[in-house]
Amino acid sequence: MSKQEEQLNALNDIKKLMDRSSRFISLSGLSGVFAGVTALLGAYLAHVEINNYLSASGQYSAYPVDSSLLDLEFNLLKIGFGVLGVALAGGLLFTLRQSRKRNLPFWDRTTKNLLINLAIPLVSGGLFIIALLLVHPNTYGLIAPACLVFYGLALINASKYTYSDIRFLGLCEIVLGLIAMFYIGYGLYFWAIGFGILHIFYGMLMYFKYERAR
Amino acid sequence: MKNPIEALNKIFDSRIRLGVMSVLIVNDSISFNELKQLLELTDGNLASHLNTLEQAQYLKVHKAFIGKKTNTTYSITELGRHAFKAHLDALEKMIKGV
Repeated sequence: MSKQEEQLNALNDIKKLMDRSSRFISLSGLSGVFAGVTALLGAYLAHVEINNYLSASGQYSAYPVDSSLLDLEFNLLKIGFGVLGVALAGGLLFTLRQSRKRNLPFWDRTTKNLLINLAIPLVSGGLFIIALLLVHPNTYGLIAPACLVFYGLALINASKYTYSDIRFLGLCEIVLGLIAMFYIGYGLYFWAIGFGILHIFYGMLMYFKYERAR
Repeated sequence: MKNPIEALNKIFDSRIRLGVMSVLIVNDSISFNELKQLLELTDGNLASHLNTLEQAQYLKVHKAFIGKKTNTTYSITELGRHAFKAHLDALEKMIKGV
């Protein structure tokens, strides 16, 4: 091995160690695709629920007060948590598989860093939205934009601890959330684009970039 | 012309010490066990290299206890950061120069 080659190898090792010790690189693109498909399915179910509610109540009213609204809310919450649960389980599964394939530990400091930094804006957003639901009546329109913006912030915050591509996905989510703020009433569509289509698109991008090539 | 190898740091001749520094430069502090796992080394091997780096004052050692177990963590010093950067610069120059 020539001297130059040797030094190049040393530099390569340095780069690999820096990444492996500070970034969580077992994140699988397939978990993004899976989460996206789940979100689209959830959005469709929610759409059906809302349509049923609207046709049952006869007319569209901005301030519906009857008890069927509570049913709708409850059903939508069920769908929301269902989507969250299925998407998380799928993401965990694909990522576990990926870390096993690469022979990297699944739970180490990088996993912890990623989760903590993802959780800070995400939990704040979750509490913010719960407050909207519980104590601020008639602010349903803000839920989808708030989801998107806080999720985008969470991704940007977490991007320092995993693939940096996630940062751009976060920016897209924030922009989409802000646009949605100007089109209250179409929240579900924006939600479907942000959590469904963007996830699928980004998941595929990352899959081809990091997993197929190896 | 100056000898290009001159700027390379002798302490970083060893791949293992280079590896330790690479990990330390991107992490605020890291434990002995995490280092061992990352670099795939035995206790004794890693300890001797860490010792060399400590004597050069490139890293700081913090000894603490978790319950009854010792938990030793390491972090990079300003001097170490400086030396590592200079070494990388020298490597880069060499590769570009050849």
